[in-house]
This record gives sequence, C-alpha cells and structure tokens, in this order.
Amino acid sequence: MENIVQNLQTVPLNHYILFSTLIFSIGVIGVLIRRNMIIMMMSIELMLNAVNLLLAAFSVHHGDSSGQVFVFFIMALAAAEVAVGLAIIIMVYRNTKSVDIDALNKLRW
Amino acid sequence: MAAIITLSLLAILVLYLGLYKAQKFLLPVSLIGLATAIGFLVRDWQLQAEPAYSGMILFDHFAIAFAILCIAVTAVLLLLIKGYFDDLSHHLAEYYSLLLFSLTGAILVTAYHNFALLFMGIEIMSVALYILVGIRKKDFASNEAALKYFIMGAFSTGFLLFGITLIYGASGSFDLAAIRDYVALGQLPMMFYGGVLLLIVGLLFKVGAAPFHFWTADVYEGAPILITAYMSTVVKIASFAALLRLFSYCFIPVSEFWTPLFLVISGLTLVIGNLSALVQVSFKRMLAYSSISHAGYLLFALVGSQDVAANSLFMYVTAYAVATVVAFGVLIIVKRTTGSDHFEAFNGLSKKNPLMSLLLTVAMLSLAGIPLTAGFIGKFMMFSSLMSGTHIALLVVAIINAAIGICYYLRVVIAMYFKPVENEQVFQVGINYYLVFIILGVVTLLLGIFPNSLLQLI
Repeated sequence: MENIVQNLQTVPLNHYILFSTLIFSIGVIGVLIRRNMIIMMMSIELMLNAVNLLLAAFSVHHGDSSGQVFVFFIMALAAAEVAVGLAIIIMVYRNTKSVDIDALNKLRW
Repeated sequence: MAAIITLSLLAILVLYLGLYKAQKFLLPVSLIGLATAIGFLVRDWQLQAEPAYSGMILFDHFAIAFAILCIAVTAVLLLLIKGYFDDLSHHLAEYYSLLLFSLTGAILVTAYHNFALLFMGIEIMSVALYILVGIRKKDFASNEAALKYFIMGAFSTGFLLFGITLIYGASGSFDLAAIRDYVALGQLPMMFYGGVLLLIVGLLFKVGAAPFHFWTADVYEGAPILITAYMSTVVKIASFAALLRLFSYCFIPVSEFWTPLFLVISGLTLVIGNLSALVQVSFKRMLAYSSISHAGYLLFALVGSQDVAANSLFMYVTAYAVATVVAFGVLIIVKRTTGSDHFEAFNGLSKKNPLMSLLLTVAMLSLAGIPLTAGFIGKFMMFSSLMSGTHIALLVVAIINAAIGICYYLRVVIAMYFKPVENEQVFQVGINYYLVFIILGVVTLLLGIFPNSLLQLI
C-alpha cells in the first residue's frame, strides 16, 4: 500500500492535466452529440468530476488545502443540481413519454 | 453581509408562512424583508469596504449598488406576482421563496471576492430558476424551456469550473486579490490563459452573448412571463456585475489578450440579436432577442475605458431593467386577456387603455435609446466609453444596430396607436400593475432628464 502511494506521487502534474482535459472533453462531446437526456446528464457529471480530479491534483501540487475544499463545494452543488435536473426530466417524461431531447421541439422560430 | 443573511432567512420564513396557510402575509412580509435588506446595504455604503469572512465577500460601492438594484427589481416583480400564479397552484409560498433564494444567489454573484463564492452564487441563482422556469408542469413549452435551461446551465457551469481550476492551478489561489497579484507579476503559463478562456465561455453562456446565445430565446419564450422578466433583468445584472468585477479587477494586466475577444463577441452579439429580433412575430420572443442585443451593448463596459466602466454599466442596466419590467408587465396583461403574445394582440391598445399604452411606449423608447429616456443616457455612456477606447469599428457596428433596434421596438408602438381595434375584450388591469408601471415610467423619464445622480454613484 505504501508503495502504491509513493508511486502515485511520482506521477507528474502534466499527466493529470491531460487526463482531466480528456475526460472533460468526453463529457462535452457527450452533451453535444447524445440525444438521450439521462446520458446528457451523465456527461455533465463527467465534466464536473474531471474538474474535481484536477482540483485535487493541483491542491496536492501546491500543498494548499483550499482546492480540496472546493471539490466538496462542487460535489454538494452538483448533487443539488442533479436532484432538480432529474425532477425536470421526470416532468418532461410524464408529458412526452420519452427521454429523447428531440421529442421537445415546440420552441422554434 | 447582513443583507444576505436577511434574504436567506426571509426565504425560509416565507416557506413557513406557506406551511401555515398565511397566504395574505406572503407579499407584505417579502416586501418588508427586501426593504430591510436594502436598508442594511445602504448602511454598509459608508463603511470602509474590506473583504470579509476570510476574503470571501466584498461589499464595496460597486457591489452594493448592483445588489440594491437587484433587490429593487425583484421587489417590483413581486408586486406583479400577486394573482399571477393563482391559477397554477395553491402553494404560492414556493414561488416567493424560490425567487428570494435566487435573489440571494444573485447578490453573492455581485459581491464575491473568491471564486468559490462566484460558483456558489451562480449555482444558487440558477438552481432556483430551473424550477421556476418549469413551474407550469403540464405545459410543453415550459417543460422544454426548463430542460434546455437546465442542460445549458449545467454545461456552462462545467466550463466555468474548468476555467477556475486552471487559474487555480496556475496561481495557487481562489482569492481575487491573490490572483490579481499573481497576474501583475507577469510570466503567465499557457494554463492560465486557457483558464481565462474557459471562464469567459462559462460566463458568456450565463449572460447569453453570441455565439453562446442559442438557448436564450427558447428559454425566455417558454418560461412564464414573470420569470422571463426576472431572468432577463436580475440574472443579467448580476452576471454582468460578476464579469466586470473579474476582468476589471483581476485580469486588467492581460487585457491585450481578452479585449479583442470581447470586441468580436460584442459585435457578433449585437448583429445576431438585432437581426433575429427584427423578424420575430411574437413580442415575447422579440424581447428575448432584444435582451441578447443588450448583452452586446453591456459588453462595451469591458472593452471601453475602464474609468467610467462601472458607472456606465450601472446606468445601462438600470435603464434596461426598468424598461424591460414594464414591457413584460404589459405583456402579462395582454397575454391574459387575448391569449396571445404576438404583435397583433397589441392592435388598438391605445384606444382601450391609453395610460398603459403610453407607459409601454416610454419603455420601448427607453430600450431603443431615444433622448429624454434613461436608455439614451445608458447608450450614450457606453458609446462614449467605447470612443475613448479607440474601438471605432465596433462603434460603427453599434450605431447601425441601434438604428435597427428602433425599427423593432417601434413595431409594437405602431400596433398600439395606428392599427384598428380587432376585438372588444376589456383589459382587467390591477391597481398594483398601474402602480408599478407609473413608478417605473417616472423613473425612466427622471433618469433620462436628470442622470447626474446615478452617473457619479460608484
């Protein structure tokens, strides 16, 4: 176990940045191209978690705990947001019987 | 700080009033609470502004002025809320308290001194609004607007957070003062510039500037009119205050990096907003696009001369908010009576209701920026700050767009005064609506004729 922690600490910061950017981009692409509301929400969670990971990495790099505290803020507010978001999706599902975003096309000009 | 505590407690108190079925106390209690919050803010005006709570929050003149404006606009909207949601549900307290929670978030956004608080404020402001936008549960348009607003809001929050994280990675702090010192040192890594870019994307999503505006028109059209009025005034005021505070306080040393960006975005927003507004048949959707185009004018505060930026932004958003509330208020009455929000619904309004038509005309002239109204002073301030910043190309675009703006704002005036009356429905206008319209109309004219009181405020 000790060994693993020591090995982890030798991972350079750049790798964390690249990794997080990759996950973040997957999230962004997911929101943009998927049409299923639930999967879009999952993609948004992926974006937020990429941010969390990067914040933790920076926090360790700077030796400053405020980054890790910020992660808690993000988690708490993301949970609140998901609660409201799922409620909205259920409301939409009751009316359209579908979780496909293309079922909603009333507002066009 | 006392104002934020007052507002949060007020929102919880209003929820309890709903629990004990004290419906008729909702409005008086909310208004007294908002007045108390304004009182606390006015008291803070004389105090020495220092970051409080470990540098989390800063109530300087800038923040206090914008916070008071947000509270005042919400108070006016609460006067209009009476009777508006009655047909929806018996649980009126929820609407009041959600609006108040959202307002609390907006005030955090105007007064933040740490990125943690900016993020929290934006989330508190938005999450309450996701619910309010979708409050008509059986209405497809309201459903769609809520879902779009939610997805786009959460999506933009992701960008905002990634930007904050990269800036934290470069500077090692979330505190605005620490970041300002770090930026002033120079030798910034690429990561920092990436962070600024992502931050701009996240915040521009919130204010609805092109090319991130596509959700705005749909959401504004689908939401209940009163909530649209709230979104296009309070949320916009708070987001622009946040944007200006961030860029004029922290990122001024790297202004050659972001100024060209804002110049392009501002021009693009003006052209797209105005040209789209020109072809609308719905008054509500026209107001949505007009709010996009006003976002373009408001961005001038960032690229123009920084000495007058805060004052001209304040003047502009005051004029814009006052006129927008009147426009949406009249729309509520017209929609309730005729069932339509198209321009035709306004035909012959001046013969049936001359006072309301006159006040809507004043509001439209103010939005178009005709002299003697507050909107003219706002536009004048913005344009002159741009002129001293030597961005002449953008100024030309802006003047052409101001002319386009007059065309579509006057369409509703023409419908009211020169089109024949189509139906004989009688407009039921409550006394509270007249009160609000007259006060706001007088404010528009007073600010247009004696602007000096506001111009030196901040």
